[in-house]
Amino acid sequence: MSDRTSPFARDTTLHGDCDRRDAAWYIDKGVEWLLFLGGISAILFIIGIFAFITHEGMGFITTRFDAGEFFTTQYWTPSDEYDPEYGILAMLAGTASVTGLAMLTAIPFSLGAAIYIGEFAGERAREALKILVELLAAIPSVVWGFIGLSVMNPLLIALFDIPVGLNIVNAGILLGLMATPIMTSIAEDALKAVPDRYREAAEAMGATRWQVIYKVVLPAARNGLLGAVLLGVGRAFGETMVVLMATGHAINIPDSPFDAVRALTATIAAELGETTAGSDHWGALFTIGILLFVITFLINLSADLIVRGIRGK
Amino acid sequence: MVTQAPKIQVDNLTIRHGERVALRDVSLAIRPNEVFAIIGPANAGKSSFLKALNRMDLFTDKMEVAGRILFNGRDIRTLRNLYALRRRIGVVFPLPVGLPLTIYENVALGPKLAGVRERAELDAIVERCLRLAALWDEVKDRLNDYGSLLSGGQQQRLTIARALSQSPEVLILDEFSIAIDPITTMRIEDVLEQLRSELTIILASTSIQQARRLADRTAFFLDGRCIEIGDTEPLFEGGARDARTRRYLEGRFG
Ligand SMILES: Nc1ncnc2c1ncn2[C@@H]1O[C@H](COP(=O)(O)OP(=O)(O)O)[C@@H](O)[C@H]1O
Ligand SMILES: [Mg+2]
Repeated sequence: MSDRTSPFARDTTLHGDCDRRDAAWYIDKGVEWLLFLGGISAILFIIGIFAFITHEGMGFITTRFDAGEFFTTQYWTPSDEYDPEYGILAMLAGTASVTGLAMLTAIPFSLGAAIYIGEFAGERAREALKILVELLAAIPSVVWGFIGLSVMNPLLIALFDIPVGLNIVNAGILLGLMATPIMTSIAEDALKAVPDRYREAAEAMGATRWQVIYKVVLPAARNGLLGAVLLGVGRAFGETMVVLMATGHAINIPDSPFDAVRALTATIAAELGETTAGSDHWGALFTIGILLFVITFLINLSADLIVRGIRGK
Repeated sequence: MVTQAPKIQVDNLTIRHGERVALRDVSLAIRPNEVFAIIGPANAGKSSFLKALNRMDLFTDKMEVAGRILFNGRDIRTLRNLYALRRRIGVVFPLPVGLPLTIYENVALGPKLAGVRERAELDAIVERCLRLAALWDEVKDRLNDYGSLLSGGQQQRLTIARALSQSPEVLILDEFSIAIDPITTMRIEDVLEQLRSELTIILASTSIQQARRLADRTAFFLDGRCIEIGDTEPLFEGGARDARTRRYLEGRFG
């Protein structure tokens, strides 16, 4: 090996021996293992949680459970000593109506915010807005619930002349606002993933900014935007505290947006603490838990697959 | 001519990307301290060949390498510490890759990772490599600016400085000039001229004139095969044995 000095002073001490595994080599292997453990622990936790709730719900599912009753009747009287009934239809309707209204609120807000941030805002405004959106995501849900009780409730009473303001509208709007930040960030990522050359090519033809967005950017970002909405649905669907505090928590199949309802999640939160472990009531609540788990899993999985679809293309 | 042990010897190298065969049964030897050029049209397998030399195939999905590559006589698949091999082989990619670091850190990164701590020593390495890459005068007052702020040609020279920072034994350049202007290209060619006695240089190029200016020996790749290898001058003076090589060198191809 040459060690002439000019102009290329070779410093072979930097090379290390191709046959000696140095500290860096071992650190690399160690880190790889740790990260692997971290990666699979997520899977283990999911499996563990699912196994746990299934185990707790199993006693009920294999004995007292009757799918017809469970899914198609609205009578939920699990603490009735003589004739307990376990129908969750009203709660399904409650969760669905609140989630639906939440999306009606969140979609325009979040898409509007994402399009403004991604396509119109200048550098400064963009950064400021993104920080604000993230702050919004950090508000604890109990604070939203508090707003539902003490701000939205009197506001709805005054505006619509109704006796009580804890209802679908109240919880739906709050849930929509809660889901807006995550939907905005994901939608904005989707818009950002659209290459600038598409915009340039369209703008060079004389298209206005809105025409470019409407004809080129939004279609190109379609999958990502759909994924954003689905993740928002998942977020709203699984939320508990706000629906517990702002829906009125009344078992009722709604026929007006101003009806009080009850959500699946809120039922578990409200009742599990007062239930004897292992009883039918306990098992029924865990069965609702399994249902929530499966639905949330499917929503997030499909959102993920759809978002991945854009990356793959 | 003294026969030396080859720096890199390749035996029956076949490379696949999934179903597609990028290189078929190529055998050749690269001598220490020579400039070895690989010419050939796009998709001839040049990049795949270069990638295999320091096992960059490991980062490329579905890339499979069969055959044997000896580096200083050792089969590179049997090395216990692959990273040490990579430190001996510098690579310059077709598009300049200024890492998201300052100019100084771009060059100091390799030595730092290899354990150099002394500021004075790092300063010396950075200056030496930037000078070697003919970039020092342009950046010496802005070493703490981001490398990505440099022009394309400057970034490519920064990449070369970085490749030199670990004093490699072999420098691989894959079509280093496709994204930069002719003047920078000439400057980099001058740099390579200066380095030629100090290390082994392997370059792939679609420009036959570049190979002619720089290389001691030239190999012509076509459709994954190594058609011909020869000393550059005779090859370009009409001494090619294979008609396809002659046609390619005369610019009458395809
Ligand atoms: N990552 C890859 N995936 C699939 N095919 C590839 C990949 N890289 C190269 N190829 C194929 O291998 C062949 C050789 O390519 P390459 O080595 O890049 O040639 P060159 O550098 O001479 O243009 C080509 O047919 C190319 O399409
Ligand atoms: Mg190539």
